[in-house]
Amino acid sequence: MTAAVKFNQVVKRYDDLEALKGISFEVEEGAFFGLLGPNGAGKSTLINAMSGLITPTSGSIEVQGFDVIRDYRETRRRLGLVPQELISDPFFSIKELLELQSGYYGIRGKEQKLWINELLERLALTDKMNAITNQLSGGMKRRVLIAMALVHKPRVLVLDEPTAGVDVDLRHTLWEFTKELHQKGHTIILTTHYLEEAEALCEKVAIIQKGEVKALDRTADLLATHPFRYIRISLEEKNAVLNDALASRLVESDASGHLFKMENELTMSDMLGMIHQSGLHIKDVSSRDATLEEVFMNLTGAQS
Amino acid sequence: MMAFNVTGCWALFIKEVKRFYSVVVQTVFAPIVSTLLYLLVFGHVIDTQLESFDGLDYSQFLIPGLVMMALLQNAFSNTSSSLIQSKMHGNLTFVLLSPISPFELYVAFIAASVVRGLAVGLGILIIGMVGFGLTIQSPFWVLLFAILSAAMMGGLGMLAGILSDKYDQLAAFQNFIIMPLTFLSGVFYSIHALPDTWQMVSHFNPFFYMVDGFRYGFFEQSDVSVYISLIVTFVFLFVITAINLILLNKGVKIRK
Repeated sequence: MTAAVKFNQVVKRYDDLEALKGISFEVEEGAFFGLLGPNGAGKSTLINAMSGLITPTSGSIEVQGFDVIRDYRETRRRLGLVPQELISDPFFSIKELLELQSGYYGIRGKEQKLWINELLERLALTDKMNAITNQLSGGMKRRVLIAMALVHKPRVLVLDEPTAGVDVDLRHTLWEFTKELHQKGHTIILTTHYLEEAEALCEKVAIIQKGEVKALDRTADLLATHPFRYIRISLEEKNAVLNDALASRLVESDASGHLFKMENELTMSDMLGMIHQSGLHIKDVSSRDATLEEVFMNLTGAQS
Repeated sequence: MMAFNVTGCWALFIKEVKRFYSVVVQTVFAPIVSTLLYLLVFGHVIDTQLESFDGLDYSQFLIPGLVMMALLQNAFSNTSSSLIQSKMHGNLTFVLLSPISPFELYVAFIAASVVRGLAVGLGILIIGMVGFGLTIQSPFWVLLFAILSAAMMGGLGMLAGILSDKYDQLAAFQNFIIMPLTFLSGVFYSIHALPDTWQMVSHFNPFFYMVDGFRYGFFEQSDVSVYISLIVTFVFLFVITAINLILLNKGVKIRK
């Protein structure tokens, strides 16, 4: 089966800075894929190269088997990008922009008008369809960008930080809409700083750092490979003094108790035994697996 | 693979025309009025001071020059301001993400600049014909030079828009290159009224050939052969187009 997107040794250099250092991986057709990484990791550079907004220094990118440089007309018809930066146009209304954008793709007619109306409705833009984008709030502009990316019904939708600066209501609407597109067979590629979103939505993730792929796996497998589980313990003692074994595993303390990371090899009994050996008394205890955020921080060396 | 995305190019052309039409007072009416002020000042105040063509009233001589000057400046402004605004607001991204080729983008922008140039020029021309009894001897030459010159200036505007990152860079291009070349192109005088040195210098100004060829269509008189003017205008249009297409294909200052 042809991959939805295939990166092959993609390098991008800006003078002395190597933003992408030979990135290679594939995004499967129909996947909900997360592209994660700290600021400046190269995520947007990779996405812009995929969309044709920048030209890679070397390497190649294919979208559904077509090369983004050589077969750019094909790849741009198959790919829709919601860019990170908010874009506005002081001359045209939302509806005019969507009609013009359809024209760029060579799409006209009654069916397209219906699709534009559906997009306006699904993204709660119908009331504002005659407004100029300069007059809109940031959240509204984000909706317009999503509508613009979907106007030509692309098979691959790329969302670059779509929920940055967006309220809870729009975030919820956006994810419902995106999940629906995914269920209809669209490939979704998402970058986000909200790792809980990525964990909930993405079947597979790539973690990029300093222009290199640091990890690439199914989300569940990536979580399973994390070397720690987490245990939250509330103690009877208000100012408990932890022994070395406990202190070295302490992640954070707050009013509700202490959060410890526990090596996967250790059992709950081992951990509770350490508490008893310290002469401390347990009031409450709960445990959980690692979150994607903890996996991410462990892999990238980021601090919480 | 599609050879030419006609629908996409047409949509972009319509967008560019609608863009300047949405501010028509600023983009069409204002240049007509300001150009007519030149006609009032120069046509009436220094009417007999300057040498024009044989037996020709200076106001009549002046009008085609003013039409061409307004046409050139507005064709330039259309592409340059549209492109830099699109870069500043970020909405050029919408075009760059679409399957429109660099050549189609160029054609659409240039066609829109020709429409704006012709709209402004036509406004002044109508006033000149109605108010000053100006007649056209050869509409073919008038239209040909109007279209070619507007296309050339649209191309120059696109070049300025591509290379500029800020409005002041564009203003510098306009004030230090376009304005002097336009004013020294024989809009207000026949170059035969100039000293020999300045006559020679004028021959290195491509705008001179556009004005002179355009004026030939009105009076069937010109400072140089209309065919020479046509060749020079074509060559400049070709060179500017080639430079633009190279820059657009490479994505210079557009695709990072």
